[in-house]
This record gives sequence, structure tokens and C-alpha cells, in this order.
Amino acid sequence: MRIEVQSIVKRFGSFTALNNVSLAVESGELVALLGPSGSGKTSLLRVIAGLDVPDGGRLLFDGRDATRRNLRDRGVGFVFQHYALFRHMSVFENVAFGLRVRPRALRPPERDIADRVRRLLALVQLEALGDRLPSQLSGGQRQRVALARALAVEPQVLLLDEPFGALDAKVRKDLRRWLRRLHDELHVTSIFVTHDQEEALELADRVVIMNQGAIEQVGTPDEVYEKPATGFVFRFLGDVNLFHGRVENQTLRIEDTTFDMPIVATEDGEAQVYVRPHRLTLQAAPTGHGEFPATVERVNAAGPLVRIDLVAAWGSPLRVEMSEDRYRRLRLNLQRGSEVFIAMQQDFYVETNGHGRPNGVASTSRDVVAAPMAS
Amino acid sequence: MLRSHPSREGRPVALTDSGPIRWALTIAALTFLTLFLFVPLAAVFSQAMEQGWRLYWAAITEPDALAAIKLTALTAIVVLPLNVLFGIAAAWAITRAEFRGKQALITLIDLPFAVSPVISGLIFVLLFGAQGFLGPWLAGHDLKIIFAIPGIWLATLFVTAPFVARELIPLMQEQGAEEELAAVGLGASGWQTFWRITLPKIKWGLLYGAILLNARAIGEFGAVSVVSGHVRGETNTAPLHVEILYNEYSFSAAFAVASVLAMLALVTLAAKSLVEWRSQRVA
Repeated sequence: MRIEVQSIVKRFGSFTALNNVSLAVESGELVALLGPSGSGKTSLLRVIAGLDVPDGGRLLFDGRDATRRNLRDRGVGFVFQHYALFRHMSVFENVAFGLRVRPRALRPPERDIADRVRRLLALVQLEALGDRLPSQLSGGQRQRVALARALAVEPQVLLLDEPFGALDAKVRKDLRRWLRRLHDELHVTSIFVTHDQEEALELADRVVIMNQGAIEQVGTPDEVYEKPATGFVFRFLGDVNLFHGRVENQTLRIEDTTFDMPIVATEDGEAQVYVRPHRLTLQAAPTGHGEFPATVERVNAAGPLVRIDLVAAWGSPLRVEMSEDRYRRLRLNLQRGSEVFIAMQQDFYVETNGHGRPNGVASTSRDVVAAPMAS
Repeated sequence: MLRSHPSREGRPVALTDSGPIRWALTIAALTFLTLFLFVPLAAVFSQAMEQGWRLYWAAITEPDALAAIKLTALTAIVVLPLNVLFGIAAAWAITRAEFRGKQALITLIDLPFAVSPVISGLIFVLLFGAQGFLGPWLAGHDLKIIFAIPGIWLATLFVTAPFVARELIPLMQEQGAEEELAAVGLGASGWQTFWRITLPKIKWGLLYGAILLNARAIGEFGAVSVVSGHVRGETNTAPLHVEILYNEYSFSAAFAVASVLAMLALVTLAAKSLVEWRSQRVA
């Protein structure tokens, strides 16, 4: 089912949770609503589910107005963050619930219900646990019961509120790969809320990035990561170093260092420069293309990625990341107190006077600089 | 209380008092219980039996006593379901709905506990009595509430109104409404959601509240005394009958009827403990 959100407004007292939000989700898509807490992502999900009524705007399901259609008639499967399993019913009865409460004429016979529940429990790999009570299950198992229960009524849309929020890191990763495979199998239009960018980027077909009740950008994981529409998106999708400098005549200057590359900032003036840790490089001596000195604080070489914490000559902390291979080839033999020079590669984000744009190899051509989606 | 579970791991050392203090506190508590609970209770039964089984039996099967016990039972049967319904409705409204004056409703529910039962009785006399607000209208239609059985029911209803609601409100607040929302989202009607989800969730709290409600409905004295009129064999409840017998110096008979009430109280306590034990095992 295709979902269209048109200029939705939702207020709680004086707080505006959703400020004129519009979004279209295509049939069969798996979309992530991503943002920090208070960004409005859960409010948007609840409006789509019918758990909250918006103060303005429209919601269309397959082109038909569903703004005020009540929760019971929406045909939406909702998986609550804390699962909301029926605590007094067995796993089997939890999954069967949506079938058992149907009006007599539409209710499948007992044998069909049992068949369907068994198939769903097999789908979520819980065949053996049908007789257990929810309190006897682990977090990951409860999550899968909640999913099976939502799927039992064959919803047109599946909505998941922080589906992995209450699970530990290892289970999270397994479960999200599993959920992706399940979605590829079932193709139910699905929307999930998360504050974890890694989860959104790995799992979703498209990611909706929200901030302060508005949408900052909508795009595939590649698009939002490689071509962030706003500084917020760039900062939110991964670690960044922040430098304060000046842009004049398309040239960037940070403290005493002038960088030898064109800057596409919209205006001259004070600039905030955001650079990802893996877009900074280390060298033993300056080459004259724009490097600044820094002192090593700590080197963490555990795992495939080497993380180096440094302090710039003007005192601000920064982080550099590179592959273990590359670190070894550099042969810098860094220790606490080592003096190095830091160069910036393309693909950073420059903001002058509140207007920002990506500054990268790809983004120097005009067509890929996406206009902010927020309205 | 219902939701305080004793810790299974034992208390942390820092919270454990020294031996003598623990013994002193235990002995103080037991002495208090003995003096003010066990001794009076034993006295009730021994006084009732003072003149032997035969007289005891005669005292409680005497027509007026039987009528009083029957009226008490009937009052409980009428009041219990009505106030269980009221308690569920009030708790549901307060915990599940948003409306103006919610705080006022929470306070109002506690009103019967806050005022003296005698005043509760007087309220009904002022409303329905011969000189009362609705008195002339009732007299004109030949309806009798005060000094009649309906008055006893009304007074008991009022006095016992808070029990179930007070038990359910914190329980339902703690449980939240997500399971109900999930049920409705799965297509359940309001009625199905109540019977299949809400009621099973609150049943132990509800039963606990109903038991306390029942105990109070059986034992209520003050409010009922004001509205009853003390007509023997007609508007006398068991507690009122005990007082009348006592005032007439029929001590053995008074204690015999009192012992019936005491036994009902003991049964109630046993039921209450059973419910507490069951609900802790389930939780």
C-alpha cells in the first residue's frame, strides 16, 4: 500500500512535534525514520498508525483519506517499542489474537487459525516456544513474537517503533539482518523508527532524516550519506570533526593554514567545516597544499580501523580514522606526543552564515547538490 | 500490600539491624497484636459461648437475628456488583481518558473515606428524609428510602465506593494502555479488548478490592445506623442488631451475632491472603 503524508502538523500543548511534514512511501518499500530524540519521528509513526490524531494535514492510504480512520479499521500492523505482548497469554495465543477477535463470519475455523499461527511462528523461528508466556522469553524472542502477531492479520502496512531499541548489540545486528530478509520475502510496506544511523543505513531502502519536527532529507542510504542536503544530515550520519575558519574568494583558511582547494560555499565569511574522521590524512611533514600541525593524544589500533585522537595546534581535539593497512604503510610509528601534519581530503561540509553545502569531488557539480527537503 | 514483593535475596547488610533491636521490635509488634486483636477476638467467641452451644444457636437463629443477618447479606449482594462496576468505570476513566476535572474526580472518589460515616448517613437523610430535599416528592409518590432498606443500600454504596477504584487506579497506571492499543490495532472491539485484555490484567487487583469492599459492606455501622431506623426484623442489619442486643443487656446474644460477623471477617481475611499469594505468584 502506498502511504502519503501531506503537510501533517501535530502539537502537544505548546510543543510542535510535527511541523508541516510531507512524505510519500511507495508500496513494498522499507523506510527508516531517523533522527535524534524529540525530532518527531515517533510522532509521525504514531500519526500514520492512528495512535495519534494530527492537528492538521492529511494522510492518504492508496490515495484514500485515512486521516481520521480509526485504529481498528486501518489495517496497520504496529510493533511497539516494548512489544506490548499480552502478558497473560501464551505466545501462540498472542499470535492468534488478531484472528480470534474477528467477527464470527470472517473468523477462520480453529484448524486454520492453528495452521496460520504455526506458519508464522516458523517464519519468526519460534515454532518450539508456542506454549511459553511472554515473561519466559528473551528480548529478541519477544520482538519476534510481536512481529508475528502483527503479521497474523495480514496488514497492508507494518509500522515498527524502535524495533531493536531494547536489545543488546549482538542481537540487534542479527535481528536487523533477519528483518531485512523477512521484508524481502513478504514485501509489506514497512516504516520503522530508529535513532541509530547505522541501523537505518543498513536496513532501509530509503531513509527519512528528521530534526525538530521537520524532514531534513529523504533518500537512499547512499544518497543521504554521500550527498547530505543539510549540515544537520552530515553531522548526524556519522562522526565528524568541526573546525572554525573563514572562506574568502573560494578559499578556506583555518587558523594559519590556507587550503589549496576550491570551496563552493555560498558566501564568504566565518565558516564551520565538518570533516569525517576518515577524510583526514596524516603525514610526517607538510607539502604546502594546506596542512596543519597536531599532537597525538592516543592511538587505538584494535580492529580493522585505527582511530587516532589528536589535538590541533590551536588546542581543539580531533579524530582521524584509517584502515589498519594504510596505517602500517604510513610507518609513522605514532605515540602519545608525536607531532604530525593533518591534511583534509574532499567531501567535507562547509557552512557559512548559516548556509551550508557539501564540498566534495562529486558535489562540486551543481546537479547533485540537493535542495533541503524541509519546508 | 498487593504490589510489595518480599525480596528473595534477603536484605543488604547495611539495612539489617542488630539482634536485640530486631527482637525488641518483633516483641513490641506481637504484644500489640495480642492485646488489641487476638484478645478481643477470643473474648467475642468466649463470651458468645458463655452459656453453652444451645443458647448460642438460639441467639443466632432467633427470627430478628436471622432477619438482620439476611439483610446484611442482601446488602452486600446488592452493593458489591454496583461498586465493582463503578470502580472499574472510574479507574478506566482516570487512567485511560484525558478530560477536564480529572483531578477533582480522583479527590471525589476518596470523599467517602475522608468524612465520618455518620455524616455519610446524614447526607442521605438530608436528601431523602421526611424534612429533606426530596422528602415531600417521595412521600407524594409513596416511596420510602430513609428508615427503609433502600436507604441502607444507598448509605452502604456511598461508604464503600472507593475500594475498587483505589485498588485499580495505581495498578492500571502502572500497566499502561499499550496492550489495549495493540489489541485494538489487531482488530478487537472495545468490548473484546476489555474482556480479553484489560480484565485478565487487573483481575487480582479487582478481586482484592472487591474483598475489602465486601468486608466493609457487611460491617458498616455508622452510616447505616443513621438511615436505618432500627426496625427489628425489618431494617436492622447484623452490626445494628449487635448494638441493640448489647444495649438490652443480652450480652451472650450480642456476642453470638458478633461472632458471626467476626467469622465472616476471618473468611474475608483468608480470601484476601489467598488472592495476594496468587497474584504474587502470577506476577
